[in-house]
Amino acid sequence: MRHNSGRGVAVTTTVAAAFALLASHASAQTATMAVGAPVTSLDPHYHQLSPNNAVADTIFERLVNTDERARMVPGLATEWRVVEPTVWEFKLRPNVRFHNGNAFTAEDVAFTLARLPNVPNSPSSFAAYSRPISRVEIVDPLTIRFHTPEPYPLLPLDMTNVRIIDKETAEHATTDDFNALRAAVGTGSYRAVVHRNGDRIEFERFNEYWGERAPFQRVNYRMITNDAARTAALLAGDVDLIDQVPTSDLANLRRNNNVRLSETVGLRLVFLGLDFLRPGNENSPFVTDNDGKPLGRNPLQDVRVRRALSMAIDRRAIVERIMEGAAVPANQFLPEGVFGYVANLAAASYDPDGAKRLLAEAGYPNGFRIQLNGPNDRYINDSRIIQAIGQMWTRIGVRTTVEAQPWATFVGRAGRQEYSAFLIGWGSNPDGSHPLRNILATVNRDRGWGSSNRGRYSNPQVDALLLQSLGEMDEAKREQQVIEGMRIAMTDVGVIPLHIQTNIWAVRRGFEFTARNDELTRAQDLRPAAR
Amino acid sequence: MTVYLVRRLIQALFVVLAMSVIVFVGVYAIGDPVEILISPDADQIERERAVRALGLDLPLWQQYLVFLTNAVQGDLGRSFVFNEPALKLILQRMPATLELAFGAMFLSIIIGLPLGLYAGLRPNSPASKTIMAGSILGFSLPTFWVGLMLIMVFAVQLGWLPSTGRGETCSVLGFVGLTSCSSGTQWSFLTLNGLSHMAMPALNLALFKISLVIRLTRAGVRETMLMDYVKFARAKGLSPSRVTFVHVFKNILIPVVTVVGLELGSTIAFSVVTESVFAWPGMGKLIIDSINVLDRPVIVAYLMIIVLLFITINLVVDLTYSMLDPRVRLESKA
Amino acid sequence: MSQAAIGGAATPAAPRKDKVETPFRRFVSEFAESKVAMFGLIVFSIIALIAILAPWIAPQNPYDLAQLDIMDGRMEPGTVGGAGFTYWLGTDDQGRDMLSGIMYGLRISLTVGAGSALIACLVGASLGLLAAYAGGRTDSAIMRLVDLQLSFPSILVALMILAFLGKGVMNVVIALVIVEWAYYARTVRGTALVERRREYIEAAQCLALPTHRIMFRHLLPNCLPPLIVIATMQVARAIALEATLSFLGLGVPITEPSLGLLIANGYEYMLSGKYWISFYPGIALLITIVSINLVGDQLRDVLNPRLKK
Repeated sequence: MRHNSGRGVAVTTTVAAAFALLASHASAQTATMAVGAPVTSLDPHYHQLSPNNAVADTIFERLVNTDERARMVPGLATEWRVVEPTVWEFKLRPNVRFHNGNAFTAEDVAFTLARLPNVPNSPSSFAAYSRPISRVEIVDPLTIRFHTPEPYPLLPLDMTNVRIIDKETAEHATTDDFNALRAAVGTGSYRAVVHRNGDRIEFERFNEYWGERAPFQRVNYRMITNDAARTAALLAGDVDLIDQVPTSDLANLRRNNNVRLSETVGLRLVFLGLDFLRPGNENSPFVTDNDGKPLGRNPLQDVRVRRALSMAIDRRAIVERIMEGAAVPANQFLPEGVFGYVANLAAASYDPDGAKRLLAEAGYPNGFRIQLNGPNDRYINDSRIIQAIGQMWTRIGVRTTVEAQPWATFVGRAGRQEYSAFLIGWGSNPDGSHPLRNILATVNRDRGWGSSNRGRYSNPQVDALLLQSLGEMDEAKREQQVIEGMRIAMTDVGVIPLHIQTNIWAVRRGFEFTARNDELTRAQDLRPAAR
Repeated sequence: MTVYLVRRLIQALFVVLAMSVIVFVGVYAIGDPVEILISPDADQIERERAVRALGLDLPLWQQYLVFLTNAVQGDLGRSFVFNEPALKLILQRMPATLELAFGAMFLSIIIGLPLGLYAGLRPNSPASKTIMAGSILGFSLPTFWVGLMLIMVFAVQLGWLPSTGRGETCSVLGFVGLTSCSSGTQWSFLTLNGLSHMAMPALNLALFKISLVIRLTRAGVRETMLMDYVKFARAKGLSPSRVTFVHVFKNILIPVVTVVGLELGSTIAFSVVTESVFAWPGMGKLIIDSINVLDRPVIVAYLMIIVLLFITINLVVDLTYSMLDPRVRLESKA
Repeated sequence: MSQAAIGGAATPAAPRKDKVETPFRRFVSEFAESKVAMFGLIVFSIIALIAILAPWIAPQNPYDLAQLDIMDGRMEPGTVGGAGFTYWLGTDDQGRDMLSGIMYGLRISLTVGAGSALIACLVGASLGLLAAYAGGRTDSAIMRLVDLQLSFPSILVALMILAFLGKGVMNVVIALVIVEWAYYARTVRGTALVERRREYIEAAQCLALPTHRIMFRHLLPNCLPPLIVIATMQVARAIALEATLSFLGLGVPITEPSLGLLIANGYEYMLSGKYWISFYPGIALLITIVSINLVGDQLRDVLNPRLKK
């Protein structure tokens, strides 16, 4: 039995405590984690997907890390600065070694960035993070400069998405080589020793790690996609941690003395998208009058109707009754404290009478009919939420039918603007420009804007502010522009925000997990509980 | 006989072709894999790159031709999701599903046959009535629900069995040495830990089959017992056990063999729910995950394998028929 | 039973011809011999009646979102809700009265189960008979179609139909028929292959009876016993399969839950002790299926020409 440094000495004073320690250390050599979403590859640049990123973050590291509140902190780079508006300089951490013993240098960083756009068959690549960079300059082995054609304030944020690999190992490596562990060589505190695709990964402590020593000799990382089975595995003691705790089990687990919950407000907003594609004098596909006949106009183009639909929703009831408290009602994309949070925005209040008045004002005193669509296998309680909203909308006279579909069929149709109103979610990067650019900006291929703007919202004021902010190197000014853009879009009800999900993990007694708002379940965040 | 086999083989080829066309069109109709796989903040340029990378920029018929050309050379394509050859992915998962399916078949026969035989021979005894009532439960309860109940009782409450997953595995060679459990095809029925992991999912998967075998056996026995030749055998003074096990048994085997054969295929093909409830890393879980993200190469390859499997099973069932029942002659079918 | 079927004197297990030629009344009295089966029939009739009368006897219309309130969600059995009546069996997460939900759910489940089993049986048995009787090319073509069908995971079939037709009860029935007909075809063909070698068929052929007459009036009745076994089980299986499809999010629309969808919805709450959401629909499903099978078992015995004592 191997004891951890100082802690053992302090506790030998009392016999009882020593026994407790003995017990916790006996189990502390190995930990088993169960995650709900399968990891599809160990290649950190193959597929942009949260489960993959979580595992990549265990084996590999980034120049700029993010802490559990998604704030940028030094990672493989110790500091970074703007040399001139179009040049960023990163100082690299000295004495860092890869799992194979190779030293980490600027060459590895340059190689990694060059690899991003060149991963064959990637269904969702990381190329977007190297595209703004026109030239990489290696100043010395521990200093690297990135040249951009235009001022680019988001470069450090981009670097929080890029995991650095070893040039020597990965020079000719394919995704297969990473999956077979031959190329899965990083600088992280654990290294992968077993990989069974879609079933489990096993990590072993990397003893030459530069930072804090990994708490467990070995970590089993299992994938249990069925929610109830995952909870059952925790209750049966087969696993020490589960993520994506089903909300239906929360009340029960909170009462259980052998289980602790670790939770934090996340960065994922669940919201309703509305049809902005059809102009005001055309029919929206799933809106009719009360007799089921075409309405002849698209009521969703009227901001009063949108506001009424938003006011009709009792967000607190949804959070309490449907989400069992595992969310916070939202009036915008990001939670408080994140870059770009709009402080002076009116709360999304529940006011069914006001909603009815607004509807009458807009010319719909008797409401209309609408269908609300949504996925049933994507977001927490997605199909339950749309039913609850169906109840609430029907009560203000907007008679609502509800249809839920698997994501596979839903997302394509939503992307083709086939729906009038639909539920969807968005996991933001910790920067207000991210949702602004992808959800609320006018779709623009050349700028790469509006990639997930499935309702086709468009507002020139918002676009102008976003454009300014993307070239603004002064962080304070940039934040003001982002905030103003978001405030305008939210006041205009470009989407109807519902709630921001709380990320919840459950551990068995004797363990501790640092809840992250980016939803990543990383092995290094699990530790034996401090006593 | 040879002519017969060759003809079946040619037919099989057509079935496989038809299958691949249906899947291509079907997956195309369901949705766009890129929409599902791509990061939501990917811009147009990245989307177009991904579409090209996955070969989805060509018209559907061209995509199909590319697939056919490669398939003839033994390449069924690479998974969109895992970027590994689809065939390799499936073969990796196959042992887990096979052992689960065979475990379930084994359970259904050793439990179902004797119970069915008993219920058929003594149709009016209370025990038989209980057996029949139990068998109704077996196929009326939804699999996912029973699965969770099993986990709750045997893993959470009693703690006798592990809740989910596939325990330690060994290759057949490893069994001899008991040490090299890391190479070769992995089977979990070779270790005690593996068996304990297998017990619940196998039983869950077997429940429906047990009921089926019980009912088929009972129905067969009741019918056969009234046949003239059985009466004659009895009248001749043969012992009841000889009548049961030689005369009756042989005759009820035909429907049982048909259905068990058929069910073996469907057990392998549809172990989806059990595998997902018990986090069993088999093909069923792979296919449902693949369907969810429209990973077409894996879906096509999987279905082709399953079709071949079914064709083989049906062939074997037909051959077994002709052996069990000389009245069915294969040649006569021409 | 047709005359000709036993007209082939060689039909091995029909010792008393007059028994097989029973009129409907004889059939009824034979059926009534089993008290258990009669009990099953009565229970099933009650269930069917509840299903038919649901809109008039249920305390709430569980399909009307305006009548539901999430503030009444997950209430224990016996609680009085906001609308003023007692939720005798509790409510689900949407505040849907479970009693009403079960009554309406029965309608959907019975429609789906019986409808799909009936259609699948008709289609499957006809094709199976044809395959066995015609043999040769027809047989091969049909059987390869069966191979093809049986190897398609029902989930994929359901997904495709969902993509083509959208969600709805009828579409679930269509999906189940497409999934199930092959079972009937395979089974009927297996039995018919044996039967068609029997002397009574040869006799019928010698009499130069038309093919369809031999197939449906001579061959089919003798293939009935296994067919009825499969059919009663398939009704149950169809209901259970529909539950599984709902569990996977591919079944009936979420606002019009069947028994299966109610169970699937409540399944998540099993671990947290809110048993009633899943338990009562489960009981209703069980009673329905058991009663169908009790009736089916007796039907099979009565209809089976070889089981006459």
